[in-house]
Amino acid sequence: MSYMKEFTKGLIKENPSMVMLLGMCPTLAITTMASNGVGMGLSTTFVLVCSNIVISLLKKIIPDTVRLPAYIVIVAGFVTFVSLMLQAFLPDIYSSLGMYLSLITVNCIILGRAEMFASKNKVIPSILDGLGMGLGFTLTLVLVGSLREIFGSGQWFGITIMPEFLEPMTLFILPAGGFFVLGVVIAAVNRIMKKKPREIGCHNCPNKDGCPGACEKAENNGGEQ
Amino acid sequence: MSKLIIEPSPHIKSGVTTQKIMLSVIIALCPALIASVWIFGLRALIMTVICCTSCVIFEWVCRKIMKRSNTISDLSAVVTGMLLAFNLPVTLPFYMAIIGCFVAIVIVKQFFGGLGQNFANPAITGRIVLMLSFTSYMTTWAEPFYYKNAGEIVTTSTPLASETPAQLSDLFFGTTGGCIGETCALALLIGGVFLVAIRVISPVTPISFIGTVFVLSIFTTGSLEGAVAAILSGGLMLGAIFMATDYATTPITAKGRIIFGIGCGLVTVLIRTFGSMPEGVSYSILLMNILSPLIDRFTVPKAFGAAKEKKGGKK
Repeated sequence: MSYMKEFTKGLIKENPSMVMLLGMCPTLAITTMASNGVGMGLSTTFVLVCSNIVISLLKKIIPDTVRLPAYIVIVAGFVTFVSLMLQAFLPDIYSSLGMYLSLITVNCIILGRAEMFASKNKVIPSILDGLGMGLGFTLTLVLVGSLREIFGSGQWFGITIMPEFLEPMTLFILPAGGFFVLGVVIAAVNRIMKKKPREIGCHNCPNKDGCPGACEKAENNGGEQ
Repeated sequence: MSKLIIEPSPHIKSGVTTQKIMLSVIIALCPALIASVWIFGLRALIMTVICCTSCVIFEWVCRKIMKRSNTISDLSAVVTGMLLAFNLPVTLPFYMAIIGCFVAIVIVKQFFGGLGQNFANPAITGRIVLMLSFTSYMTTWAEPFYYKNAGEIVTTSTPLASETPAQLSDLFFGTTGGCIGETCALALLIGGVFLVAIRVISPVTPISFIGTVFVLSIFTTGSLEGAVAAILSGGLMLGAIFMATDYATTPITAKGRIIFGIGCGLVTVLIRTFGSMPEGVSYSILLMNILSPLIDRFTVPKAFGAAKEKKGGKK
């Protein structure tokens, strides 16, 4: 019964890029098209599942002090495998993902799951965890990619859907549009999950160091003087 | 004696409200509006009205959805709409202008908490978003008085991008290609002098902004005449007088405003001279908007009567 939970938590509740804000670099960089999102997401899922299996199996053998290099070696092995396979069978996706494919090696989602989950759990939960997290990541990439592709170039998976009299907004496929769409998607997810926004007060105020008075700081200083 | 009331400061109220300030800015923009209708025809007026209306509607709907008090009566949305329209070419399709209004009011202003909380100038950001999104539409300038030639739109380049230098009188009276409200330097100066005279804006920022561009342009163009042309062309007058003086997004102290103006001027000249775009006023103001909190932090004035703080004396 808890196996199902390991799988579903990655989809929305602990979604790696929308809730935990991991793996921002590929999320912002390759999501100019929805198809890129699918390619990147599925490659990452594959690497994540495989590395979770191996790390979970080797968790007693890997010495604690060198565990990060060991994880990276394992992940890099699978990334090399994926990129060679894509180059051979799906050259279009390989060329559009470019160097971000090799950068899966240092994707913080994979390292994060290895450190937080696979190194502490058995093989089957680790597989389900990797699968859920990977699909959650794919979901985010496809969502952000679809929004950017529809508004930015008037297409979805390469099919033109925007009527001709409307001009697509180039901004959405520029980096600034990526930040904007991701921010809106994260806000929407928070809203759906009914997460309360951080309380606005002096303890959360970014200017509290430069703030001359009025709030908590004044109270504290007033007490000391 | 029973009428004696104790209340906290301030005890003297000047009667200046946001609404009055915004109304005087609208009045100050009117000469430029009249000039633009004279130069670019009725479509300039329609564009301005559409921008103002959609800004007010977006503000009203947004405040309603966010369950906040309604603020459309402070007229700040009308000013934003007017400034945004002045930054658009007259031939731009109307729906694009409405997208710009949406960005300015909803994203830049209301997402950050409404009037006074926005970190960037709404109209400038709306213009930049449109510029990046619809570049070809945003850089198509209609020939002045095009509406007299049987409705056919003849396009021209702005004086900044054209090969032949424009006549100074053309630049001063605004009979050149450009955005709706930016071409007529005379009308903008009238508005600016009016605002300074009734003490709505301080002349520090515009003077340091325009002055920096003037001095640096003497070097980049190599002649006094070129420098005069540089300060009269493009969106410099509009930006320096009406946008670099926005209260919420610029430094508070006079010293900070001088730094702000010089920074704007420097970035403008750098973009005009070395950048791939012909005009850099909007980008320079946006960049300096982001730096404003930092400038404010470094120019905190000494408290009245306080001793100078010693270096490292703080425990």
